[in-house]
Amino acid sequence: MKHLSRYRRHKAAAPFLLLLALLAIGTTYSVASAATTTESSLVERSALVEEGRQIFLKGCSSCHGLNAEGAQIAPSLIGVGAASVDFQVGTGRMPMADMSTQAMRKEPVYDAAETAALAAYVASLAPGPEIPAESSLNYERDGSTAEGGELFRNNCAMCHNFAGQGGALTQGKYAPTLMGVEPKHIYEAMVTGPQSMPVFSDKTITPEEKLSIIKWIKAAESEPNLGGASLGRVGPVTEGLLGWALGLGLLIGVAVWLAMKAK
Amino acid sequence: MTAEARLGSVANFVDERTGAAAWMKKNLQKVFPDHWSFLLGEVALYSFVILLLSGTFLTFWFDPSQREVIYEGSYAPLEGIKMSAAYASTLHISFEVRGGLLMRQIHHWAALLFMAAIVAHLMRVFFTGAFRKPREGNWVIGIGLLTLGIVEGFLGYSLPDDLLSGTGIRIAEAIIQALPVVGSYLAYFAFGGAFPGEAFIPRIYTVHVLLLPGAFLALITVHLMLVWYQKHTQFPGPGRTEKNVVGYPLMPTYMAKAGGFFFIVFGVTAFLAAVASINPIWLYGPYTPGQISAGSQPDWYMGWLDGLVRMAPPIETAAFGHTISWNILIPGLIIPGILFTGMALYPFIEAWITGDKREHHLLDRPRNAPNRTALGAMSLTFVLVTLINGGNDIIATHFDLSINQIMWGTRFGVLILPPIAFIVTKRLCLSLQRADRELVLHGRETGTLLRLPHGEFVEVHEPISPEKAYLLTSHEQLPPLELPDVDGRGVKRAGVLKNKIRARLNKAHVESVPKVSATELKEIEHH
Amino acid sequence: MANEIESIKDPGLPAHVHRKADTDPAAARRAERQVATMFLISAAGTVLLIASYFFIPDDLFVFIPVMGNQNAHQLGLGLGMAISLFFIGLGAIHWAKTLMPDTEVVAQRHEFRSPDSERQEFVDAVKEGAAASGLGRRTLIKKSLFASLGLSALSPLILLRDLGPLPGKELEKTTWASGTYLVTDPGNRRISASDLEVGAVAQVLPEIADPEHRKLSDIAKDAVLLIRLRPEEFNLEPDRLAMTHEGIIAFSKICSHMGCAVALYEQQTKHLLCPCHQSTFDVTRAAKVIFGPSARPLPQLDITTDADGFLIARNPFSEPVGPSFWERNSQ
Repeated sequence: MKHLSRYRRHKAAAPFLLLLALLAIGTTYSVASAATTTESSLVERSALVEEGRQIFLKGCSSCHGLNAEGAQIAPSLIGVGAASVDFQVGTGRMPMADMSTQAMRKEPVYDAAETAALAAYVASLAPGPEIPAESSLNYERDGSTAEGGELFRNNCAMCHNFAGQGGALTQGKYAPTLMGVEPKHIYEAMVTGPQSMPVFSDKTITPEEKLSIIKWIKAAESEPNLGGASLGRVGPVTEGLLGWALGLGLLIGVAVWLAMKAK
Repeated sequence: MTAEARLGSVANFVDERTGAAAWMKKNLQKVFPDHWSFLLGEVALYSFVILLLSGTFLTFWFDPSQREVIYEGSYAPLEGIKMSAAYASTLHISFEVRGGLLMRQIHHWAALLFMAAIVAHLMRVFFTGAFRKPREGNWVIGIGLLTLGIVEGFLGYSLPDDLLSGTGIRIAEAIIQALPVVGSYLAYFAFGGAFPGEAFIPRIYTVHVLLLPGAFLALITVHLMLVWYQKHTQFPGPGRTEKNVVGYPLMPTYMAKAGGFFFIVFGVTAFLAAVASINPIWLYGPYTPGQISAGSQPDWYMGWLDGLVRMAPPIETAAFGHTISWNILIPGLIIPGILFTGMALYPFIEAWITGDKREHHLLDRPRNAPNRTALGAMSLTFVLVTLINGGNDIIATHFDLSINQIMWGTRFGVLILPPIAFIVTKRLCLSLQRADRELVLHGRETGTLLRLPHGEFVEVHEPISPEKAYLLTSHEQLPPLELPDVDGRGVKRAGVLKNKIRARLNKAHVESVPKVSATELKEIEHH
Repeated sequence: MANEIESIKDPGLPAHVHRKADTDPAAARRAERQVATMFLISAAGTVLLIASYFFIPDDLFVFIPVMGNQNAHQLGLGLGMAISLFFIGLGAIHWAKTLMPDTEVVAQRHEFRSPDSERQEFVDAVKEGAAASGLGRRTLIKKSLFASLGLSALSPLILLRDLGPLPGKELEKTTWASGTYLVTDPGNRRISASDLEVGAVAQVLPEIADPEHRKLSDIAKDAVLLIRLRPEEFNLEPDRLAMTHEGIIAFSKICSHMGCAVALYEQQTKHLLCPCHQSTFDVTRAAKVIFGPSARPLPQLDITTDADGFLIARNPFSEPVGPSFWERNSQ
């Protein structure tokens, strides 16, 4: 102490102390404020989860239970992941209006922000499939149409029909049409296996293969009907109907005219 | 040389070598009755010609081989995909041959129209009784043409070896395989080994472009020659009897109308092919046994078979080391066999029931043969119910129904609805006969009310023309057959049970509302 | 068969009604012009066809209401052809209806039955000819003739023997053997149990030496469907439960009814549906048939894992896969 006190009235003492103080305050602040940022983004995220929980309690808990644990009429959502929510809510399937057969695609009730909140809440319950990032959905670049077609016919056509028009399941259930579905939702459906649809694991159909499937679906959707008006792309049933109605109908019409006496 | 002289020298040339002038003259003046429903057979005939023409076009590019190739054509979604040469050549026709897709579609639409016209023609012939003597043979040939048509169509759409038709072949193979004792051998012989093998498409190509068209040409020729020689039947009416034909001569009127109609049929077929897509095989993908599409059906004329197979109860017996799949054999072979045999034999069955051995050239108005009309309605109902079940998954997706409910509905429907259709149709016919009677006796209701001097309101009835009265009363109403148990000398006849059945059927068959007789009409006129 | 009800008399053919074109030359000329117009429209159709063929590029698409985007080349060809054909027909028929004679002509039918004398002559001619041939008398010729004809009919049947091999035991065998690896279809990648989540399915084939050249005839028997459930969801006999692995169960994908691919798996009900004839199989009860025409469950493949965790078949199928056949003797 005797050494330091000798420099008490040194003319560099004041600036030196000022510098020391500044450095101390600066470092303390940055450390303290870093802790505060993590806390506030945690707060932000938990605000999203909380918002999601509020929406959930209002619009979903009556069927899915107060803690999303599920009930007689609705499955548990613990572990289904953000992707499931993004798919179900984003396509309007949830909240389910008509409880009869299966949830169907309709106008979404919740907007993008609310959907994100719900997804965050459900994701917070337990680990599950995540919403695929925009960058990982570049099917035009990363997918192959022809390979997608092969994969589609092997894994999807048996339910959704050769052109993705949808098909019948048992007891009035159905695999819906894949036309006009967002690529993100197609991906999420494959990953989460909504309702009757099975799960297509990333090891059995890799993410690149999933993008190829999406690419093929989009190509089929935008492909014009090459031989004339499509008759629904469902095969011989509508073709036979048209053959009788329009074909034989027209011909019988001409035959009646042919046999009529002219005036 | 004048045109007349030139014509004369051509005719001369031919006549000096064949003696053709006499029969040409006779046939150019041949009379053909004119009714729109007589043109249904022509639609079938012309569709056959269109099939021959369009089919020949397709054979110039189609490769009937199942050897594996890698696709290198212009349809991008199938680039680099493994497929058979048959499928690849069909893609080539569709996308690289100009007019190829149009011709493929003309060919397939013509096939659908061919079968539809045959069925419509069959219905016309059946409901008007045109199959009666002397035309029983032509009817049998017609049933033969119907059967061959179904097979030919199935083989035809199976040639491109796409996923949908390949699935159909798999099912056909399962039917062959299910045959007792010989099934697995026949299947291996047909496919040159295990399914799918590489022999089937080339073999059915031969059947489809050579053997069956040859059979068709032969049968159609005999069919037409019989119509030509026996002369076409005609609807009853004033001036028309069993012993004449009233109509227009072949040259020029009938030639122009019938010839023009060929162009109409071809034009309508081409129109369908231009505006409506059919059999888009590039969307189905090439056939591989591990893949399938939801909503797989055969073409419409086999839809009833598919419906029968779908609704069959799951019955299979396995005993003493052998399996018999009744769930395949009954709906796939036995029921269709009974149906088509019954159809072919019907003219003879009806002749046995009525005991009528005379020739018939005047057609029946369907209401005047209530039993036959009801039987036809019953058969149609059966086919319609099975057809609906054949498309139950498409119906379910489009109308928000359940395939299970449709299946159960048609299982019961196929047993309950045909008898109901029979009863309803028969009653309807008898009702129409009654209405005819009213029309003849009391004339047409004009809707005008008249007040008589003493205050009564009556509706004015306009008497119908003698021509119409004749049309409504010229049909024959046979009394029930006399089939006594004992003959003139009191000895019991043989075959009593057969006779009892025949008498019962006959009584039901001749049930009619008695038509207005000449005396009744005179009495009314005196009123 | 006497007609008991006395019929009303036939008034005869109704009087002929003339058409306008029969009596009025102006109407006739109008009809002529109409026919000519139709033929000209047909010609225009042909021109459209030819022009489309040569001048419309085959990758041009135009929008048509109701039909959507259509290939213009295709549409031009088709409509051109349709118009060119249809209007020839229309013109010919209109010509016949308006201008050609439409007076009904009556022709007589002739009885088909030949006169009795000719029938007798026919019978006599046949009898004479048959007697002359001596076939009736010369029984040695008759018997040997039938023998030779009958035998010669066998030749074409014998010549067709090489249409195909005998099936032998082939219908009962597949490529699956003890230790065969399960690989993805397509992709041919080995699968470990952890690759599948609960509720997942995978299309699977046996691993072979040359996966690029798999034969369709092999796929037609080898195709397998892998499904993962929670182990407690199974309702199986112990021997069938032993054929599963940690909730993963494998079935032949070839329908036991008529051979279509059964891959439609309903995750919630755990049912498999075959789209061909709607046979429905309950996965939790070893693919027992619960609806539809199939009479047998799908054969189950006995699976386990190797030391590295990849799924392998422990045993081949214990019964033939696919549709039934006469020689099949297991249920």
